[in-house]
Amino acid sequence: MEPALFFFWAFAAVTVVGAVGVVVMRQPIHSALFLLMSFLGVACLYVQASAELVAAVQVLVYAGGIMILFLYTIMLVNVRRQRTERYLHPQAIPALGFGFLFLVVVGGVVVNEARSLAAKVPAADPKALATTVVDGVTVLGNTQAVGWMLYRDYFLPFEIASVFLLVAMIGAVVLGKRTMERFD
Amino acid sequence: MITLAHFVGLSFVLFTIGVVGVLVRRNLLTVLMSIELMLNAVNINLVAFSRQLGDLTGQVFSIFVIAVAAGEAAIGLAIIISLYRLKSSVNLDAAAEMKG
Repeated sequence: MEPALFFFWAFAAVTVVGAVGVVVMRQPIHSALFLLMSFLGVACLYVQASAELVAAVQVLVYAGGIMILFLYTIMLVNVRRQRTERYLHPQAIPALGFGFLFLVVVGGVVVNEARSLAAKVPAADPKALATTVVDGVTVLGNTQAVGWMLYRDYFLPFEIASVFLLVAMIGAVVLGKRTMERFD
Repeated sequence: MITLAHFVGLSFVLFTIGVVGVLVRRNLLTVLMSIELMLNAVNINLVAFSRQLGDLTGQVFSIFVIAVAAGEAAIGLAIIISLYRLKSSVNLDAAAEMKG
């Protein structure tokens, strides 16, 4: 097996084992740690797909930011008391059957489609993802290429995303701060 | 050689695990983590197609998806905290006033 493929399977295994751990683990803190493992596996896969900037953003935002949010929430809500509660929903068994069917039927179709598409459209040169032309000058590097595209072609969505994040931040503060009266 | 089908298959497996996680778990925190898994699966797809087609748009889009995921996690966790204040529980069944 060639090295690239070997590493692909290794990272895929890390990602999938992490994802299964998130669903299976009883304690949320264990789920959170498995989620971290899955995020890091996905980041490694991004590097393999020559998306270095996305990999870095994945580590910073997911493994850094979102993970910390989860850990703080787990710390704030005292989950240890909930140990005695049942952890699976009553619909768990039909849901597992549905998941298996979904995986086999739809997944088979999707993977087949991807295979035939890959046969029709040959894989592009990875260099295309790391070069861009700005004012007639070729710029090297995935980060620069993505950055130019983000600020040149997708400037309005970028600004909207920043407003969205501001609204989300204010909303989170308001929701987290307000003391709600109990329904009794 | 790693082909598009490898990435698409992996992303599909990850997405299915996320869907099953949302359906089977009762703990709201784990449900939110499963949603993050699904968003990750979508990102893998976007990056894989960007690699196949040599077009950076997929990578730019996946950065937007990550931004939305960050906002979603912040709001979702804040909602979980206020639910916990109200009900002293992070169980999905605790929020059953609307009988939905």
